[in-house]
Amino acid sequence: MLLDSKCPTGPIETRWDRHRFNLKLVNPANKRKHTIIVVGTGLAGGSAAASLAELGYNVKCFCYQDSPRRAHSIAAQGGINAAKNYHNDGDSIYRLFYDTVKGGDFRARESNVYRLAQVSVNIIDQCVGQGVPFAREYSGYLDNRSFGGAQVSRTFYARGQTGQQLLLGAYQALERQIGLGTVEMHPRTEMLDVIVIDGKARGIVTRDLLTGKVESFFGDAVVLGTGGYGNAYYLSTNAKNCNATAIWRAHKRGALFANPCFTQIHPTCIPVSGDYQSKLTLMSESLRNDGRVWVPLKKGDARAASQIPENERDYFLERKYPSFGNLVPRDVASRNAKQVCDEGRGVGETKLAVYLDFRDAINRLGKNVIKERYGNLFDMYQRITGEDPYELPMRIFPAIHYTMGGLWVDYNLMSTIPGLYVTGEANFSDHGANRLGASALMQGLADGYFVLPNTINDYVASNKLDKVDASHPVAREAEAQVNGVTKRLLEAKGSRSVDSHHKELGKLMWEYCGMGRTAEGLKYALSQIPAMRERFWGDLRVLGNGEELNQSLERAGRVADFFELAELICIDALNRNESCGGHFREEYQTPEGEAARDDENYSYVAAWEFKGVGAAPALHKEPLTFEYVHPAQRSYK
Amino acid sequence: MRIVLHISRQRNGGAKPKLVRYEVPNVNHEMSFLEMLDVLNEDLIAKGEEPVAFDHDCREGICGMCGCMVNGLAHGPRPGTTLCQLHMRTFKDGDQLYLEPWRSAAFPVVKDLVVDRSALDRLIAAGGFISVATGEAPDGNAIPVPKEAAERSMDAAACIGCGACVAQCPNASASLFMGAKLAHLGLLPQGAPERDARVEAMVAQARAEGFGSCTNIGECEAVCPKEIKLDVIALMNRDFLHAQILGRGAVSENAG
Ligand SMILES: Cc1cc2nc3c(=O)[nH]c(=O)nc-3n(C[C@H](O)[C@H](O)[C@H](O)COP(=O)(O)OP(=O)(O)OC[C@H]3O[C@@H](n4cnc5c(N)ncnc54)[C@H](O)[C@@H]3O)c2cc1C
Ligand code: FES
Repeated sequence: MLLDSKCPTGPIETRWDRHRFNLKLVNPANKRKHTIIVVGTGLAGGSAAASLAELGYNVKCFCYQDSPRRAHSIAAQGGINAAKNYHNDGDSIYRLFYDTVKGGDFRARESNVYRLAQVSVNIIDQCVGQGVPFAREYSGYLDNRSFGGAQVSRTFYARGQTGQQLLLGAYQALERQIGLGTVEMHPRTEMLDVIVIDGKARGIVTRDLLTGKVESFFGDAVVLGTGGYGNAYYLSTNAKNCNATAIWRAHKRGALFANPCFTQIHPTCIPVSGDYQSKLTLMSESLRNDGRVWVPLKKGDARAASQIPENERDYFLERKYPSFGNLVPRDVASRNAKQVCDEGRGVGETKLAVYLDFRDAINRLGKNVIKERYGNLFDMYQRITGEDPYELPMRIFPAIHYTMGGLWVDYNLMSTIPGLYVTGEANFSDHGANRLGASALMQGLADGYFVLPNTINDYVASNKLDKVDASHPVAREAEAQVNGVTKRLLEAKGSRSVDSHHKELGKLMWEYCGMGRTAEGLKYALSQIPAMRERFWGDLRVLGNGEELNQSLERAGRVADFFELAELICIDALNRNESCGGHFREEYQTPEGEAARDDENYSYVAAWEFKGVGAAPALHKEPLTFEYVHPAQRSYK
Repeated sequence: MRIVLHISRQRNGGAKPKLVRYEVPNVNHEMSFLEMLDVLNEDLIAKGEEPVAFDHDCREGICGMCGCMVNGLAHGPRPGTTLCQLHMRTFKDGDQLYLEPWRSAAFPVVKDLVVDRSALDRLIAAGGFISVATGEAPDGNAIPVPKEAAERSMDAAACIGCGACVAQCPNASASLFMGAKLAHLGLLPQGAPERDARVEAMVAQARAEGFGSCTNIGECEAVCPKEIKLDVIALMNRDFLHAQILGRGAVSENAG
């Protein structure tokens, strides 16, 4: 299979404009004759659904929560980047582009990233127009802060609830269209398959989570904005129900899956407290602007933090990376935290934690300033741990947070199935091997508000599609398959709950395909997953039936897909014999312990083709070339 | 510690709810409330009993998906805290907890502790937005927003749409929810042009959905996990009056 990224060439500054000009348009009066299916109501799906409906398309939109407003995007805390340069501090579209390509460790496409930086400025305008209450200065102008790995102030924020406010903007735009009758909304409805007819995505099969009804919906194109797959690791910062089912089932129908091993581990999460742990809570990265990360110098030092004098503390990030200090990118911060814990210098009961200490910031700025900046995060920390972070340093540890990998898409955001588009975290496109803070919100909204509504017209205008309905044999086969899986899950009649299987998989993945990976460990994981998957199907207990709300059944279907996806993640990690971004292969590191990329052999996107459960997938490579930002070892020293 | 739960269970909206007693023997005080329910459910599954259905997703107090009445209080006893952020250290050994779904005519019960809150979405669809199509907005700094307006708007915008206010209100009024949206948008210059139309549309929809009226009892404010203040209801009533006077001249009592 030849992977054509359809990236424009020539001067990068004008690529998107030239490309857009060359795309076909659909006559406004004709748009309402076309139906677009949008799965997902997060930033990437909600913004797309609303914008497509505003353009005149007939939109059918789906989400599994009871309301589109609850998509996982709601939980994003820190902020959204945009190259506005309102502060005259040297920012520009080019610098955001440069930072993102470098931050992604040279594993993203230059054309995509440049476009992302370009449209970032429009996003802020749009959101302000919708009533997103961004933080303001006393002048009434927009405030910014600097965020994870950036040396300019380009992050816009709404207290610690930026994702919530941006999502409410998109949700309200979507509800407005629902009210106008241009969007037909299906909450509590899960997409379980893509209907591919004559090689083109023409619809989806869904299950109504309240009644169990399996149904097909058809359109001219299908958009998946279904989020990331971090929950393959069981414990992550994602919402409990985030899952990979939509993209995985599309993958099984022919969409290539790109760079699945590029997963991001966030350095500042509240550590695990016990086996019952159901998820991990992120403490926003913005905390690293004022908090200092440290562990005791001595191994096994059991003294309370306040008893450890200054000269017996190791501020390891400041020591190793004097110019970025506590603000090094996520992958670097996470890996270093793991290292000091591996050395036996971790803190807290489990010794799997490091301190994030605000003592100096409180002394310098006063408690009130810190409270104003991070009050809600401090409250959340206190609610969860029962400790007061104004008095004691926070304890933090890395956790799975974001997945850079996802379905392969071209510059138009179309997957390898014509007519199937993928937006937001579900695609692989813009962050390479590591995502910078505050860039996921930017990407989701860029895709949904500004990219997809332009590129999808071209497909709709260029393809004459026959009308299809549920009587089509392909739709019937897909529905039958969905019903078959439900039946199989209900009839397994084993002894173990879905969660117990999921936890087992998650532990294996975290251990062998988490922060540090080795060929040996990955091979071990690959030897275990098929057996675990068999145990899952053989010893699963799902009670209740398929004709009413059955949350165990929903979860079982998702976990079944994680068992397949997990294998692909490990295969990809084993294939990539280099370290880059979030993918750290211990065999490949510089003498100073930093990630050692191998540009000669691995400067490509690894796009995998499904060949059957348990069968070796086929690898297709999309070579990456860098005309503007020249690959160099990332240095944050 | 040991916690005794009495959970209202029903297969579906039509079925009669039944209070069932469960014991969770090994509750760790570090657990969240929902983790305690997870432990109960794992135990039920092991015994071959159907687990208790409850809604949840983010478990970080922001998506608004979780919530039930705990001993008569929406989201339980801790102020400013959603059920998912409530931790078991709030309780003590032997506590008896009665869990019931949100009860309100506008929120039909789906199963066990799960209810249908789609009426809240319809309130937003009726008018809870600013009409600005993608691409229409001017530069973000073209219209300065006084810091204080932005802060007050944000206070109201913090609403997570969980429905606790409706569930706690003896009149099952959605006034706190509506007031929060109206304040969030109305306090910003961007939301000013549609301020009258917005309040009228939302109030009309609330009546159609069967939400009750506000009689200033204040229980909504007391249980709101985001601590939205009653002033937003006063603001809504003022806006409503203004819209009515400007509009048809016919003045009805108040909004919620
Ligand atoms: C705690 C936390 C904090 C974060 N903070 C930041 C931040 O400060 N800045 C930043 O830039 N990024 C942040 N991120 C990352 C960012 O929030 C996400 O990457 C982004 O919001 C994903 O948006 P999305 O629209 O792609 O997917 P989501 O928001 O996950 O939406 C997925 C949608 O798809 C639907 N869906 C999924 N599967 C199906 C199915 N099979 N059928 C039907 N519907 C389905 C869901 O119902 C949902 O509506 C954070 C992430 C976390 C976890
Ligand atoms: S689960 Fe999201 S608010 Fe409780």
